[in-house]
Amino acid sequence: MDLSSKVTSELSLDEQQASESSTASLAESQSILGGTNGDVRQSLLPPMGFGKHKPKMLLMGLKRSGKSSISNVVFHKMAPHETLFLEATTAIQKQNVMKFMDFQIWDLPGQIDYLSSSLDSNSVFSDVGGIVWVIDAQDNYLEPISRFTSAVVALTELYPSIRYSVFIHKTDSITEDYREDTIRDVMQKISDELFDEGLENPPVSYFPTSIYDHTIFEAFSKVIQGLVPQLPTYETLLDTVAASCRFQKVYIFEVTSKVYIASDTKPSDLSSYELCSDFINAIMDMYGLYSWDRPKTSSISPMDDERHQDVGAQTVEAMVCSARGNTVYLRELNAFLVFIGVSKEPNFQKEKAMVDYNIQMFQNTLLRVLDRG
Amino acid sequence: METSKKVKQQKKKVLLMGKSGAGKSSMRSIIFSNHVAKDVRRLGATIDVDKKRVKFLGNLLLDIWDCGGQDAFTESYLTSQKSYVFGDVGVLIYVFDVESSDFTDGARGHSDRDLQTYGSIIAALDEYSPNARIFTLVHKMDLVANEYRNEVIRSKTAAITARSGRFARRIGTYATSIWDETLYRAWGSIVNSLIPNLDIVEEGLKDLQRVTEAEEVVLFEQNTFLTVTRVSSEIGDENPRGDRYERLSNIIKTFKNSLSGYTESNSSHQFDSFTIKTGIFNLIINRLTYNTYVLVVFPPGEAELQCARLNILSAKDEFARIESVAEGADDDFRNLRGK
Repeated sequence: MDLSSKVTSELSLDEQQASESSTASLAESQSILGGTNGDVRQSLLPPMGFGKHKPKMLLMGLKRSGKSSISNVVFHKMAPHETLFLEATTAIQKQNVMKFMDFQIWDLPGQIDYLSSSLDSNSVFSDVGGIVWVIDAQDNYLEPISRFTSAVVALTELYPSIRYSVFIHKTDSITEDYREDTIRDVMQKISDELFDEGLENPPVSYFPTSIYDHTIFEAFSKVIQGLVPQLPTYETLLDTVAASCRFQKVYIFEVTSKVYIASDTKPSDLSSYELCSDFINAIMDMYGLYSWDRPKTSSISPMDDERHQDVGAQTVEAMVCSARGNTVYLRELNAFLVFIGVSKEPNFQKEKAMVDYNIQMFQNTLLRVLDRG
Repeated sequence: METSKKVKQQKKKVLLMGKSGAGKSSMRSIIFSNHVAKDVRRLGATIDVDKKRVKFLGNLLLDIWDCGGQDAFTESYLTSQKSYVFGDVGVLIYVFDVESSDFTDGARGHSDRDLQTYGSIIAALDEYSPNARIFTLVHKMDLVANEYRNEVIRSKTAAITARSGRFARRIGTYATSIWDETLYRAWGSIVNSLIPNLDIVEEGLKDLQRVTEAEEVVLFEQNTFLTVTRVSSEIGDENPRGDRYERLSNIIKTFKNSLSGYTESNSSHQFDSFTIKTGIFNLIINRLTYNTYVLVVFPPGEAELQCARLNILSAKDEFARIESVAEGADDDFRNLRGK
């Protein structure tokens, strides 16, 4: 935390100081489910051990490319159509969105020269794991591309470990016939320009995105997974669970943003991601409706009271059984992570006790891994 | 269902009217055809009257007349087709577009065409179906900034009431938007006012609430997920979220649509059960009868959860009987319960 506060104070040298404190506290006050319940319910499980190593990510791009919209939709649950009313971002925004990572939005309408001497670029970029660069695909994208490539060229020399993700954004507004062409064109132009600069295998990946569907969440998931150092361990663990409980697909989700930080290694498909994400939404919304502070009932006997406490410590668990034999199973792992599995096993309910036990084992192991990280 | 032959079905004619582009077909398709809000922009203009028959709770048939709102059509409803359109109406739902420039009280030189049209429609309804119920929806409220909403709805309600003639006293006005749960609140109360034998169903729900020691039991219609009725315990009544029923409709409907996208089937019964277990409460949504789902919220604990599950299972038969008997003659049923 020390380090990050130092960074902001330096950043705000030539920028208004506003915004960062307010956004940071906003993110802090959000609790696991719904965010509106304050401290009605606090998870008893230890927080995730990312403390020592906070992945840091920058969201960059030219003005009006959609950076603030993206961060509001993904991290603040804003409805996509409401982003029309967002005003231009004037200062660098630093957000502590996922409690385990630093996240900054950088506006580049030319007013910030990110390599100028007035900015202590070393403290900003030295611990950055990834940069997300947003390119508005429905606009003229030649200028954004050249700014991106020059940034990559300048930064790669000093900070070779940074990985770049290009969000080819607002793809929803391009008709289907041209979408593929545009995406390919952007990718081609970028790699050509980088090649000309002598970068043959730049650490750049591309994601077509739109805030009106799940692609933006999927893209963020992939970006963040690239920053999680223990990813292979998680994936192995998840593979084991999927095999032993016969899950079709399993994920670890971050609940407030609905970004998944790991999944099993089977090829991912967007449809089960969508289902899981909507499932979390439904649960969070219902939790918000029924998690109010109930008056204590006086009729509880001492023995009951003991049991009552036991019950109160219970983790959130949810399950939906579809008419076609699909089951989605969710279990809270810690204050902001949940496990979700999609099963096509018709007898899932009968084997649920076994699944519960397996997941409990998985959870114990995972928390041990987190502690070491 | 053997009983289906002696079912006494109730038919209600529902007129959906309002200016062209006000959002009539959009809301109808969201409530009854499982469209999602962002897809309705693809809907074209309704030409003339689009009639749709919707089965609600098995024995209640809603004949929804979605009346295209272009001037030429409205003209003909009020002249040549007058008795055909306005005869035998159960409910009139009139949709106002809150953004419309033609909606003012006639002051400041603006046109008040919306209200004039409304006035003539009310007059026609008064002539042919004096017992109809009227609901007016001030629609597209999402386009009004939050801080002005109360003021806007107050002034519009007053203007509408002033033009409602003899109906003025029993008119329901709702502010709605397809982007949030207000749509479900409005349609929930519309449909609720049409359901027969509601008291019998409520008795059954109370029984279920007692045995499961639930703080709340809510009955939903299976396709629309509109709230049919609900029962709360004393504790449940204290829940500060007063808007929870329409929010639940919205939440479950959204999730149901997502599930149907995943399974790629359009069958109306997308899920059998939905369970949430937390340290504060347990929640089960389960299929109850062919036409309904029930939501039960009760105290936490694994034992409680399993008991409630069994209780809901055994309530299924009871409710199936209630439904089938209620579809027949209710007198028989009252006798039956008396025994």
